[in-house]
Amino acid sequence: MLRIPCPFCGPRDHSEFSYEGDASVTYPPLDAPEEAWFEAVFLREDRRGPTEELWHHLYGCRAHVIVERDTLTHEITGARLANPAIRAALSEGEE
Amino acid sequence: MTSFRLNAGGVVDRSQPLRFDWDGLTMSGLQGDTLASALLANGVRVVGRSFKYHRPRGVMTAGPEEGGALVTTGRGAQRVPNEKAPMVELFDGLQASGQNAWPGVRFDIGEINDLFGRFFTAGFYYKTFMGPGRGTWAWMQFEKLIRRAAGMGTASREPDPDQYDIVHDFCDLLVVGAGPAGLAAARQAAEDGLDVMLVEQDFALGGRLIGSTETVEGQPADQWLASAQSALGSVRVLTRATAFGLYDGSIVGIYERLTDHLASPDPQMPRGAIRIVRPRRIVLTTGAIERPVAFGANDRPRVMLAGAMETYVRRFGVAPGSRAVVATCHDGAYSSAMALAAAGISTTLLDARMALPPALADAARSAGIELMPGYVPVEARGHKGVRGLQVGRLVDEGSLARSEREIACDCVGVSGGWSPAVHLVSHRGHKPVWSPELACFLPATAPEGVALAGAARGVWATDAVLADARTAAADAVAGLRGKRRRKAAERPEPGGWETPIQPLWEVRVDGVKLKSFVDPQHDVTTDDVRQAAREGYASVEHMKRYTTLGMATDQGKLGNVIGLALLADSLGQSVPETGITTFRPPYTPVPIGALAGRARGTHWQPERRTAMHDAQADDGAVFTDAGLWKRAWWHPAFPGEPLENAYVREARAVRSTCGMVDVSTLGKIAVQGPDAAEFLDRVFVNGFAKLPVMKCRYGVNLRDDGIVMDDGVTWRLAEDEFLVTCTTANAAKMMAWFENLLAFRWPALRVHVASTTDQWAGVAVAGPRARAALERVVASGDVSKDGLPFMGIVHARVRVTDGEIPAMIARISFSGELAFEVYTPSGYGPALWKALVPSVRAEDGCAYGMEALGALRIEKGHVTGAELDGRTTLDDCGLGRMASTKKPFIGNALRHRPELSRTDRPQLAHFLPVTEGEKFSIGAVVCREGEVKGHGIGWITGVTVAPALGDGWLGIGFVTGGPAAWEGKTVVIADPIRGSEVRARVASPHQFDPKGERMHA
Repeated sequence: MLRIPCPFCGPRDHSEFSYEGDASVTYPPLDAPEEAWFEAVFLREDRRGPTEELWHHLYGCRAHVIVERDTLTHEITGARLANPAIRAALSEGEE
Repeated sequence: MTSFRLNAGGVVDRSQPLRFDWDGLTMSGLQGDTLASALLANGVRVVGRSFKYHRPRGVMTAGPEEGGALVTTGRGAQRVPNEKAPMVELFDGLQASGQNAWPGVRFDIGEINDLFGRFFTAGFYYKTFMGPGRGTWAWMQFEKLIRRAAGMGTASREPDPDQYDIVHDFCDLLVVGAGPAGLAAARQAAEDGLDVMLVEQDFALGGRLIGSTETVEGQPADQWLASAQSALGSVRVLTRATAFGLYDGSIVGIYERLTDHLASPDPQMPRGAIRIVRPRRIVLTTGAIERPVAFGANDRPRVMLAGAMETYVRRFGVAPGSRAVVATCHDGAYSSAMALAAAGISTTLLDARMALPPALADAARSAGIELMPGYVPVEARGHKGVRGLQVGRLVDEGSLARSEREIACDCVGVSGGWSPAVHLVSHRGHKPVWSPELACFLPATAPEGVALAGAARGVWATDAVLADARTAAADAVAGLRGKRRRKAAERPEPGGWETPIQPLWEVRVDGVKLKSFVDPQHDVTTDDVRQAAREGYASVEHMKRYTTLGMATDQGKLGNVIGLALLADSLGQSVPETGITTFRPPYTPVPIGALAGRARGTHWQPERRTAMHDAQADDGAVFTDAGLWKRAWWHPAFPGEPLENAYVREARAVRSTCGMVDVSTLGKIAVQGPDAAEFLDRVFVNGFAKLPVMKCRYGVNLRDDGIVMDDGVTWRLAEDEFLVTCTTANAAKMMAWFENLLAFRWPALRVHVASTTDQWAGVAVAGPRARAALERVVASGDVSKDGLPFMGIVHARVRVTDGEIPAMIARISFSGELAFEVYTPSGYGPALWKALVPSVRAEDGCAYGMEALGALRIEKGHVTGAELDGRTTLDDCGLGRMASTKKPFIGNALRHRPELSRTDRPQLAHFLPVTEGEKFSIGAVVCREGEVKGHGIGWITGVTVAPALGDGWLGIGFVTGGPAAWEGKTVVIADPIRGSEVRARVASPHQFDPKGERMHA
């Protein structure tokens, strides 16, 4: 079981989350040509080592969290909210 | 002679005899016994029959590594097969029996397999199944017989009547194994203020110190043990609990046996509990497992591990026999021989080494033990028990021996060395490394926060073990407090024997064929390992699978190292070059029921009931499953009305008068915020920005790849507030999708989404007289033709039995009739349903269920989840014209890919049998005439009797090119499973009321 440090809820079992894919993908604008979308949707890296993944805290606070995970060791080195505005608001609260 | 209970000794309670049933015989044991020790005390030799050869097997060990005494305990549904007798705690009334034997373990017909042993060598099953050409069939028949004869115990085949718990737990430090090391580590950490859990698989603490006579830190072992236990203080001690797996994040799975040892357990008690523990630090003091030596017939009952014999004598006061031979190649087995001698058992000690450890040898001699340096066991004599041991002298320091003479004896103790129990770190992928000096695998690395201590890292001497464990505990304390860790140099070095071990895996004699077992549980012999190497299975992982060595419940506890060493020898390699297999969880078997815990039945899959469920059930509705939801399937007009009758009647009522149906299960998502319209414009293929307030619109959305994801009607309740409805099955997926888009992809959009599925109860009222039915209950709110036009929304109040309730009414039609959807807050749901039933009846209508709903939508040609199955495009479903050309939306780029734009793709169509009365089923394959094969050219997604189209059979589905390509032609609808082929006409899916006049009425 991976333990994911949810920025809202603290460390939680990964069974509370659903995996939503590679967080390093940048989706093109909706009116971008087919090739750009093909690249974003189908051509994916299968990385060995540190990655950024999108996890949805489905059975928790329902936040989308970007998790830094090493695919080789399964070590999780960090997690931050996917939404930058909420992320900023949260860190302001901490100050 | 046989095994027996000694007159004195052991930590069993001789004042508390326990009666138990073994294979139909009543026997007596003592409080503190295991089943294995009690069987030995009763002189039982044959406890089970082996997996393939049905060889008689007895108790071989005193722990979870047992490979011989596999038994079945309990009766009826509570029968548990393949229990290891040394791990079964004795209680009054225990019922146990041997297994894999007929008629019984003492006389077993299957033993004939032993004579055919040459057929059952490594890879037997593979070769049997893959054998080409002539004779394969005969082999297959033979193999069936063998399958029946081979095997282990059988499960009860009844549902598990017991209950289990799953407990989530946390601690600062988890110590696994309560031998001397575990006790010392736990005590140390608790005294330093940590929250410590100590887990022990045995029912007693102390490990090998239980019953021991050695001196520990200047004290007799029993005194040391008593004071160590009383000093545990705040430590949470779990006995009968096995840490079966170490997982990512250093989460430990523990199975705790709660009632297996009780004669009459409280029926409210769970049988066992899985504890999922998330410790901050872990110290593994799992000890080491003794390994045997392979020699001829080393599986005969009463050939045991030397350390097990010592345990039976010292802990249980049971002598394994009267005349013992102990065979070893290291210092560790001397204490075993001394234990036997101290119990008055005449003992001979064979030590493969020529150079004996001086001090130990002196002590052994003065204890009256006959020492034979340079001698090794060659072959055990006897069938259902040992009556002698052929011994020989090693020719060199390898495995070849010259056979010399037979020593009369009734038990043989073997010890080829000790292997640290590194299973838990192996679960995390940390491979141990070979130590040539100690002839064992030592743990090399461990996951962050996990340490091994004591015999688990190859430290043998008790005082060194204790120092090692305390250092590991202190390191854990320092780590948690953020202090610098002590230097690794402070930990004692592995080892600690007077004279080095001389590795001995196998004893061979030139020209003599010996059946020498490596893994008795799976009947794997030394020849099997060599054969695997000869046949090219040179990798350890392949050898393991080909021979089944160390697989299943064994997980390499007993024979793993011997197997690897023999493989290395066959390949002319060193052991480290050959490598080691990965041990996998669970360390010992865990009941499947325990993994489920309380999550059975509706605790696993809860039922979702709509607000109006009970009101419909009271009227006799029959329900069906739609995911977790219970939905009314049909509403019988009279008790026992069958479905085929009811749904046609209900559908006909909707077409001719009116009907009402519970639509509360539809997914409902509140989309709110200044950018809500922009958000929906991006998500849906059609536009929502210009949708007027208090109007609704049907929408379809795609995935990124251009395939249809879902559809539904969206209501605009205010400039910045929408209510999106989606299909019941996709409600959760749509919600998560919206959240993903807003959090990750378009965080700048000022939109908030919330699931309101459970907040609203909804009823659809449909049919030519739907408005009349509705007007009977609407107290305020205009539902007239002009007041509430098609796709309009109105806030209303509905008269119910004791007053009025608020409602939102929209003119939406799924059936193709004049229809309304009435939504009210869930709490008012029952009142709404009860208010509508009489008004619908007054218009000669009725309630209808899922089957009629399906019939109506098939007639109308509306799509559902059956059509939007993750493979279909907008054009496939006839929805292409909905796609906006004025704004981009998700999926628009990729939906134009060439393969998705082909005109011969299967497209939505109606199918009607050419011959009246013929039927076909959902899932049937649509084929060209004369070409009924493969996947055909389409498929059927829905079927019904169609009252609106002359009561004939009607299907909806997909066919290549769509209806336009099949005008005037017929297809064959093939159902190979049911063996039917029906010729059918293809028609437009919109043949019923194509202009939509009925729903605009």
